[in-house]
This record gives sequence, structure tokens and C-alpha cells, in this order.
Amino acid sequence: MSAIPLTYDHTASERKPLVEVLHEWVTTVDHKRLGILYILYALTFLVFGGIEATIMRIQLIRPHNDFVSPEVFNRMFTMHGTTMIFFAAMPVLFGFANYLVPLMIGARDMAFPRLNAFSFWLSAFGGFLLYFSFLGGNGLYGAGNAPDVGWFAYAPLTSQTFSLGHSTDFWTLAVLLSGIGSVGTSINLIATIASMRCPGMTLGKMPLFPWLILVMSGVAILCISPLTAAQVMLLFDRYLGSHFFDTQAGGSAVIWMHFFWIFGHPEVYVLAIPAFAFASEIIPVFSRKAIFGYPVMVAATIAIGFISMSVWAHHMFTVGMTAAGNIFFVVSTMAIAVPTGIKIFNWLATMWGGKIQFRTPMLFCIGFLFQFLIAGLTGVMLAAAPFDWQLSNSYFVVAHFHYVIVGGILFTLFGAFYYWFPKMSGRMYNESLGKLHFWLFLIGFHLTFDFMHVPGLLGMPRRIYTYEPGRGWDVWNLIVTIGVAFQAAATIIFLANLLWSRWRGAEAGSDPWDAWTLEWSTASPPPAYNFATLPEVKSRRPLWDLKHPEDPDWHYE
Amino acid sequence: MSAISETVLILFAARPILAAVPLSPTNIFAPASTPAQTIQGLSLLVLAVTGAIFLTVFSLIFYAVVKFRDRSGRNSVEPAQIYGSTQIELAWTVIPVLIVVVLFLATVRVIAKVQNAQPPAGAVKVTVIGHQYWWEYRYENSKVVTANELHVPVSDPAHPAPTFLTLLSADTDHSFWVPRLAGKTDLIPNHPNSSWIDPQETGLFLGQCSQYCGVQHAKMLLRVYVDTRANFDRWLTEQSAPAVESDAVAEGRREFEATSCVNCHTIRGTAANGKFGPDLTHLMSRDTIAAGSVTNTPRNLRRWIDNPQTFKPGCLMPAMGLSASQLDAITAYMESLR
Repeated sequence: MSAIPLTYDHTASERKPLVEVLHEWVTTVDHKRLGILYILYALTFLVFGGIEATIMRIQLIRPHNDFVSPEVFNRMFTMHGTTMIFFAAMPVLFGFANYLVPLMIGARDMAFPRLNAFSFWLSAFGGFLLYFSFLGGNGLYGAGNAPDVGWFAYAPLTSQTFSLGHSTDFWTLAVLLSGIGSVGTSINLIATIASMRCPGMTLGKMPLFPWLILVMSGVAILCISPLTAAQVMLLFDRYLGSHFFDTQAGGSAVIWMHFFWIFGHPEVYVLAIPAFAFASEIIPVFSRKAIFGYPVMVAATIAIGFISMSVWAHHMFTVGMTAAGNIFFVVSTMAIAVPTGIKIFNWLATMWGGKIQFRTPMLFCIGFLFQFLIAGLTGVMLAAAPFDWQLSNSYFVVAHFHYVIVGGILFTLFGAFYYWFPKMSGRMYNESLGKLHFWLFLIGFHLTFDFMHVPGLLGMPRRIYTYEPGRGWDVWNLIVTIGVAFQAAATIIFLANLLWSRWRGAEAGSDPWDAWTLEWSTASPPPAYNFATLPEVKSRRPLWDLKHPEDPDWHYE
Repeated sequence: MSAISETVLILFAARPILAAVPLSPTNIFAPASTPAQTIQGLSLLVLAVTGAIFLTVFSLIFYAVVKFRDRSGRNSVEPAQIYGSTQIELAWTVIPVLIVVVLFLATVRVIAKVQNAQPPAGAVKVTVIGHQYWWEYRYENSKVVTANELHVPVSDPAHPAPTFLTLLSADTDHSFWVPRLAGKTDLIPNHPNSSWIDPQETGLFLGQCSQYCGVQHAKMLLRVYVDTRANFDRWLTEQSAPAVESDAVAEGRREFEATSCVNCHTIRGTAANGKFGPDLTHLMSRDTIAAGSVTNTPRNLRRWIDNPQTFKPGCLMPAMGLSASQLDAITAYMESLR
């Protein structure tokens, strides 16, 4: 264990005036601080998005409810979707990637620290702009302030004709800025992984986490560019008299759909691949086994990255594509189930024959495995285009993608929070509160999203602020709303646990999980320079080699 | 094995869900028309295959989690490290590929059957135009223009009389979805679409707009009345006649034509020929107003004319600020439009 020296940064413990501390955080270019900024920023927006979801669920608790007006409801689902995707999920995943990638590859920082800070502040500004719309915007005819065109903002609802005032502009600019920030960070991650790996770490010896982040960054660059282009075209339509999407002047609403979904579907994998990356680190450590089929996991991820670029129009099976067009997107969409399935099998095989420890991070990853299985299978149902003609834009779809994003991505993300919290803060979280969070959230998740499939099968479309009695939807909507209370309570426990443990938790030490990747070889929290001396690795699990000199990994790899 | 009994238990718990299913008038698993039936056939196949995969993989994960939990405490020796196996990887690559091929082929058949259907000689043809928060129907080769309530003939499999729909939009995107008759198809401006139904039983079929189209997307409901052929033909003849004239409501007609009602509404045979709102020529033949969201009673009609925003806040018909006597007169005129 002593081959890699731990170095504590003693100057850090001196108390500084608050202004100076804040100034350091605002001007920082340290990847760890920027990672934590990303994460805190995302958690703030997660709470906003959660409040918006709660307002919608209260409105839908019974038919003909009038908790909020239709205008407010429409703003809520637009803001909820936009917030959760662009200002909660993306930044939190970039935050973890920022924090962990340099540590895991044995580097002292990202390749471009200033670009890193620039990208973060750009994304952050986008989020502030979006929420400023509550004050400065103006919506659809007769409506209020925040954007109310839906998170995929289909044309021509976004044209000046239907969307007066500036709410759509706030949406467009917020998404544009966050997109540029995301591309910047993606470029940075690729450059870092490509050129800053420590001695001995060939691509084949790199842990899965940076591998998956590499693929995710590549997909992000490719898919965010068309979205950015579309936002610019929309601004041209709204202010410079162009007619890309202006159907009243011969423009095409369908072109917007293509632009949006060639971003929108790969985006699902931009979010899911980091979730896979968390699971690929956490499951082996708590099963006490090396990841099963490392090369296949890498290959499956690359396959997902490629195929994800060719499936977008499965969001458009109902827009009247030709039969040949529909068939192409059926086959590409079903094909992506294969590498995704391979991943699930490999995680299963990693657990098989292991000694599974049910610590909080592992509980969340096991929940993820079950739920991602179901999410994948409902995805296969939606991939069968005729089935999708019934299910598209119904609550079944809403349940499906929340199963992916909450049941899959958010669960591994909670796991990642608990797993790396000791590294980031130097303190252990409270295990009992962590488990309480897991079980409450699990109950709430299943109450909400299992039962949400049913009204979809019974013909309930999404994005309706109220519904007629007598459709057989009432009881399901009631159960779905009850689940929200459990999820909200669990989230409060989670935040309280993090806050309490940050100051009152037990000292974590450098390697509380007896783990194997390089971030656990340095102090918790790591010093600004990460490693006193740059590590040198011979296998994918350098700390395993240190702890088991009699049976190191590099004998087998 | 406990894992299997567990999953069987879960399936049994799901039975009340399936039992509740026929209670909904918009249940996709109670099809009454060929496209919906064909889709249901494929859906059941996909459900069976995905259900089998679910049971298998769920049981395997469940087994692994129970069987391989650490019983030995923290300071035990590490388990055997296994890095992978090419044979196993191949197996769980090839099997999913085969399953995907089967599902893909089954899907292609259904796509072709539904999308490539051509209208036979006796088909009824209707143009459906989506407007912000209501539906306009124009029957081909006929003067009939109506709103929100679509009438079609029943299609006896021996003598098929399907209805083919041309789907257009006057403003934003909408989507036509009557789950028991067919899957949904979007109505997109500048992008004509088509769809077809051949309902095999008479009755009322419900649905609603399923593409977000603006403030009142939720109250853009669909009602499809499937009539016997004789009743349908009679309905069509009645609807193609101009509006009934009656001296008893001359006052209301004058008020109607003197206010801006006529800018948006058409009453065939009168000066009213606006195109933005629903055709009112035979308003009283409809069971509902406000795109299916309000029953068509004299009281509701009067309240609607007084201030539509109380029923559908954000709908495009404004409150005209009419006096009580004007309201009475116009409501009486409306009630005469049978």
C-alpha cells in the first residue's frame, strides 16, 4: 500500500475569510472544484425540477382538478423537462466526469482547465437565463411568462405567431448556451483522456469509467451540434424573417423534429452511458470481483454510441414517414437493445460468484439493474412502430423514459453520490440514512412509475392539464401522485444526509471501500495537485495489484 | 426456485390491473377496427417475448443477489477473480440478435399491412383538419362540414366500408388518436398525412388530441360515432342540407349576423361564412360543444356563448360582452339549428 504516497494539503485547513473562499470558488480552474460546482448547481436544479413535477402531479391527482391553470401546467412540464435534462442531468454527470476522470487516469487536472471553467459558467448562465424567464418572459397567447412550448418545442408552436413575447427566446438561448458549454466540456474530456493518462495506462488498461466518458463525450459533440444549429435557425425564424420552421410561410415542422431528435435520442445515451460508467465501477467493488468481460463492455459502449446516432426518428413513428422509413428506424432501435442487453449480462456475471456487500451505493446499482431491464423492455415495445402508434405520446411513454432516467440514471447517480462522497468530502455518509433513502425512494419510484404505464395503455395522452372522468384513469393517477410524496421525502433525507455528513460524518480515509482505481490512492479529499507523484500502472486495477502482490491483475490481462 | 415463485406472485398481483382494463372506453387492448386489431396482435407478441426475457433475466439477477451476498464479514478472502469468457459473451450476443430478428420481421408485416392499405371503391373519405383545440371534418363529394363529432358507417367484414382520413392542420401540430379504432397519426401543417379505420361495431368511440398543441390541448377531445349504414346515410343527407330557417328566432339570427360571430363561424344558407371556428349549420345535431368537453345543453350553450373562457381558459373564442337579451336571442337561434 505504501508505493503511492498520500500527501495531505496542510495549508487547506487554515481558515480563510468567507470572501476569499468564495472568490477562490468563483475563479477556480481546478477540475475537482468545478466538478463540485457542477454537482451543486445540478442538485439545485434537480430540486426545482422536482417541485415542478410535484405541482403537475397534484394537478392530476383527480379528473377536472383546478390546482393550477392550464397555462401554469404547460409551463411546469416545459420547465420540468428542460430543467431536468439540460440543467440537472447533464451538469451532474459532467460534474462527476470532471471530478473523477483526471483522478482515475492519474492526471493532475483536465487538459484545458480554463475551458473547463468557461464551459461550466456558460452552462450555469443558461440555467439562470431559463429561470429568469419567470420574471422576464411572456408566453403563448393569453399565457404567462416561463416557456410553455414543451421541452422538445415542436414547430410551429415556437413561431412568433403562436408564441408571443420572449418566453421561447429564453428557452432557446438557455438551451443554446448549455449546449455550447456541454460541447466545451466534452472536448475537454476527450483531450484529457486521450493525452493525459499516467505512465503505463494504455487504452486497454484504462478503467471503464473514463472509457465510457470518452464515448459519451464523442456522442455529445455529435448530437449537440444539430441542436445548437436548430436553435440558431429558430432564432433566425423569430427575429430575422427566415422560414425554416415557419409553416405559414412554407417552412417545415418535420425538419425541426428531425433536428431535435437527432439530438434528443443520442442525448438519452449521453445521460445513460455515465450511469453505466458508475455501475461499472460500483458493482465490481461491492461484488469484490473484477468487471466481467472488460473488452466486451468497451465494445458494447462504442456500439451503443454509434447506433444511438441512427435511431432518432423512432420518436417520429406517428408523423407520417414512409413504411420504408419506419422500418429502418425499427431495426436500428431494436438493434441497440443488443449491446445494452450485453451490458446487463456482464454486470450480472460480475456479481455471479462474488461476495456482494449491500452498502448504499450497491443497493442503488442493484435497483438500477432491475429497473433498467424493465426500461429496456418497454423500449423494445415502443420500437415496434405499430405498437408505438398506440403508445407514442401517451403516459406509457412518459413512464418508459422516467424508468430510464429515474430508475436507471438517477439510481446509479445516487449510488455514485454515496460511493464518491467520502472521496470528495473526506467524510463518511450516514449508512442508515442512506439505506432509508434507498428504500423510500424505491417505494416512491415504483408507486409512481410502475402505475404510470397503465393510463397510457388506457389511452391517456401526455401533457394534458386535466382529464375527463370515466376513462378509467383516475385511480392510477392517484397512485402515481402518492408515490411522489415518498420520492420527495427520500430526496430530503438524501440532501440532509449529505449536508450533515459533510461536517459531522466520520473521517473516511483515503480508501474506505477497499477499491481498486487510482482515485482511492490519494487523500480524501484529494489535494489540488491530486497526486504527490504521478502514479504508474500495470493493469486496470492498480490498487488490486498493490494489495495483492502475489496475484496481480497484470498476470491475466 | 424462490425467484420464479416471486415473479409469479408479481404477475398475479398484476391481474387486477388487467381486469380493470376493459372498463376504459379508450383501452388500446379492446380494438374494434382492423388497424387497432392488427396492432394488438403485434403488441401481444412483443409483450410475450419481452415478458419471457423479463422473467428470465429478473430471476437470474434476483438469484445472484440472494445467492452471492457476502456472508463472511469484511475481512474475508476475496472471491475468485474471473475476467470474462468469450463463449458466454457470444451466447448472450447471438440470442438477443435472434430475438430482435423475429420481432423485427413481425413488425415489418404489420407496418406494411396498416400503412400500405389502399381505399376500396366504397370507402368513405373525410378530411380532418386540426385547429387549435377543435376538429373540423369535411366529407368528400358532399357539402357536409362538421366539427368534433365524426360520423362513420360500420364496416361489416363481408362488405367492408372503411373510412379513409386525410389529416391536415390549420395551425400547430395535433394528433388524431381513437385508441380502439387505430393508432395515432399526427396532423402537421404543410405535411398531409392519412389514416384509416373500419369499425366493426356501432357505437361511440372516444379519443383525444395526443400531440401538444397549445394551452387547451387537454380539451381537444375526439368522438367517433359509428352508425349503421342506413343511419349514416340519413345523417349525411341531413347534414348536407342548409340551415333551418325559422321566424321564431329571427331576432337571434340578426344578433348573430350583426356581431363578429360571423367572422369565425359558418351557418350554411346564411351570411355567416367564417372559417376559423366550427361550422354551426347543424349545431344541435351534436351531443357536445367545446370539442367534446361540454354537453350540448341550452344552459351550457348560453354560458359558453357568454364566456367560453370559463369552460376552456385559453381557447381562441373570446367573451363577446353580450347583454342578457342578446345572449337569450343568440342561444335560441343556436337551438334552432338542428
